[in-house]
Amino acid sequence: MSDKAVDREIALECRDLHKHLGEGEMQVHVLRGVNLKLYRGEISAIVGPSGCGKSTLLYLLGLLDRQDSGSIHVMNELVPLDKDGEHTRIRGENIGFVFQFHFLLPEFSATENVMLPMRKLGRLSPKEMEFRAVGLLEEVGLGDKTHRLPSQLSGGEQQRVAIARSLANMPGVLLADEPTGNLDVKNSLMVFESLTRLAKEKGQAVLIVTHNPELANKCDRILRMRDGLFIDS
Amino acid sequence: MSSNFRIAIRFLLAKKRSMLMSLAGIVFGVGFFISTQAQLSGYQDLFVETILGTDGAIRIEDRIQATSVFVEAGSSKGNSTNFFVSDKNNRRFVEGVEHPESVIEAIMELSNVEATSSVLKGSVQLQSALREDSGQVFGIVVDEHMAVSALEDQIVWGSITDFRQAQMGIILGVKMAARLDVAVGDSLIVRAVDQQRRLKISALYETGVSEIDKKRVFMHINTARSLLKKPHGVSFIQVSVFDRTRTLIDSDLIENMTNHFSTPWQEREKSLLELFKILRISSAITVSTIIIVSGLGMFSMLVMIVMEKTREIAILRSMGYTRGDISSIFLWQGAIVLVVGTIIGCCLGVLMTYGISKLPMPSAGLFTSEFFEVNWSYWHYIQAVVAATFIVMIASLIPARRAARLVPGDVIRGTAA
Repeated sequence: MSDKAVDREIALECRDLHKHLGEGEMQVHVLRGVNLKLYRGEISAIVGPSGCGKSTLLYLLGLLDRQDSGSIHVMNELVPLDKDGEHTRIRGENIGFVFQFHFLLPEFSATENVMLPMRKLGRLSPKEMEFRAVGLLEEVGLGDKTHRLPSQLSGGEQQRVAIARSLANMPGVLLADEPTGNLDVKNSLMVFESLTRLAKEKGQAVLIVTHNPELANKCDRILRMRDGLFIDS
Repeated sequence: MSSNFRIAIRFLLAKKRSMLMSLAGIVFGVGFFISTQAQLSGYQDLFVETILGTDGAIRIEDRIQATSVFVEAGSSKGNSTNFFVSDKNNRRFVEGVEHPESVIEAIMELSNVEATSSVLKGSVQLQSALREDSGQVFGIVVDEHMAVSALEDQIVWGSITDFRQAQMGIILGVKMAARLDVAVGDSLIVRAVDQQRRLKISALYETGVSEIDKKRVFMHINTARSLLKKPHGVSFIQVSVFDRTRTLIDSDLIENMTNHFSTPWQEREKSLLELFKILRISSAITVSTIIIVSGLGMFSMLVMIVMEKTREIAILRSMGYTRGDISSIFLWQGAIVLVVGTIIGCCLGVLMTYGISKLPMPSAGLFTSEFFEVNWSYWHYIQAVVAATFIVMIASLIPARRAARLVPGDVIRGTAA
């Protein structure tokens, strides 16, 4: 297998995804048959107006929500529709998340927050987990703040801890929902740079939902969405 | 340390004040539960010890008269069959035990029977130099009766040795002695029907049971036989046992073996034992309300944590934590408070029970005691821990289930209910 072929290995694929939100007369057909392939080592951005279904798609792909119809494959494994335990397992092993808000656990230090997914997966010893967590924090530029609580970090630093946490279990897919939406320009660039650099280095498929055209233009691929469908790719 | 346990501890420590309030409730609830049960069962045990020391574990009295019904069943061929049907509801009794030796020989075969004492009972009038009073004489064989009662320990003036050596000796209760205004060494006249004897007081006893101390007098069985004019048989046989909890079964066996009416201490003192039981249940319920209130406090604390931590719960789910993990994080919180609370509560229970046992509390009537009576039983601790566990687990289960049901996508989108 050539290096190029490895680069084009499919990490996540969805076919004909449909999703409705709301009930009765208020029901909205948010996703209308979305098809998408994410490749390892490639950074994709979804852009589009508010309410077009970007975040809904991201949560479906991250198995945090269930589609009405259609299929999702993660690392070539078909995700069963109604098995919460399987969703959780696949998510824990293969998918990392970065959200608009960092959602760090305030009672845990930066290192401990990064170790949380590793503790759940249980593949490493406590020493190895700590070593890896500190290493990831160093890679996002927080090597000197590993023992600080989230409340002792700035917004940008908190988001970088969240990035380190999303990479903790070396997932094949990284999903980011407006990861810089809550940051100033300087911090946005720093967070985006950390996210994309690490993902590239580790050969992960990255899908970023963003309203920021400047950040979208830095991605390998831009997916434009309108009314629950991609309009080009 | 498991990840869920670690998260549970951190969540709990973030709510220190609420956690301490719940903890205090468990500690005091368990402590009070133990100390009140220790007191009530202490008094119950003292009462049981007193009645066993005076009236024995089993009393055999009155022979059961056969009341079988003769039935004749005929057939069309003219043959007939005769049989007897026992009628327990119409039992009749012949007063006293006519042949105590054969009854004793039979019951000594039972493994739980320790000793027996034949007692001849009758009503007498006692007259001192100044006063007169009625009493109930117990004619006993000293060594036999010492083996089935605590009479020797209950002697407060004089000694059992003096009584043993004095054939015309008598032992009085302290209350009766006070009523007759007599002391050890004094003489008094004892009358029954058309007989009277002058007897010398060898000793005074005190059981603590007023009704006994002011009525019962002990004398040698031969003296009692001549006084009461009962040359044969005895009124009852008092039995002591090795295991007092088995007396209900033993009593039934004795009744079937000897054809004599037999009463175990549990039936004899049923009404007062029922009263103790009701008091213990009542106090357990009352004190459990403290634990229930702390359980409610814990419930509200955990519900608050679930409400405040919905996003953290969602993010944990996004990292691969299962519904079971989320549920266990909240159950762990309940379990941590429960374990710490019950350990400290049990220690408090020990200290309170010890402190109470040292408080002076003179009492007499049903029994005699100078201090609060307590009973050190591990069952009180087990009961308290079970009650606390039941309440805390219910209080934790509901918030834990609620947390586990959260849909992470809904929460992160900010649309969670």
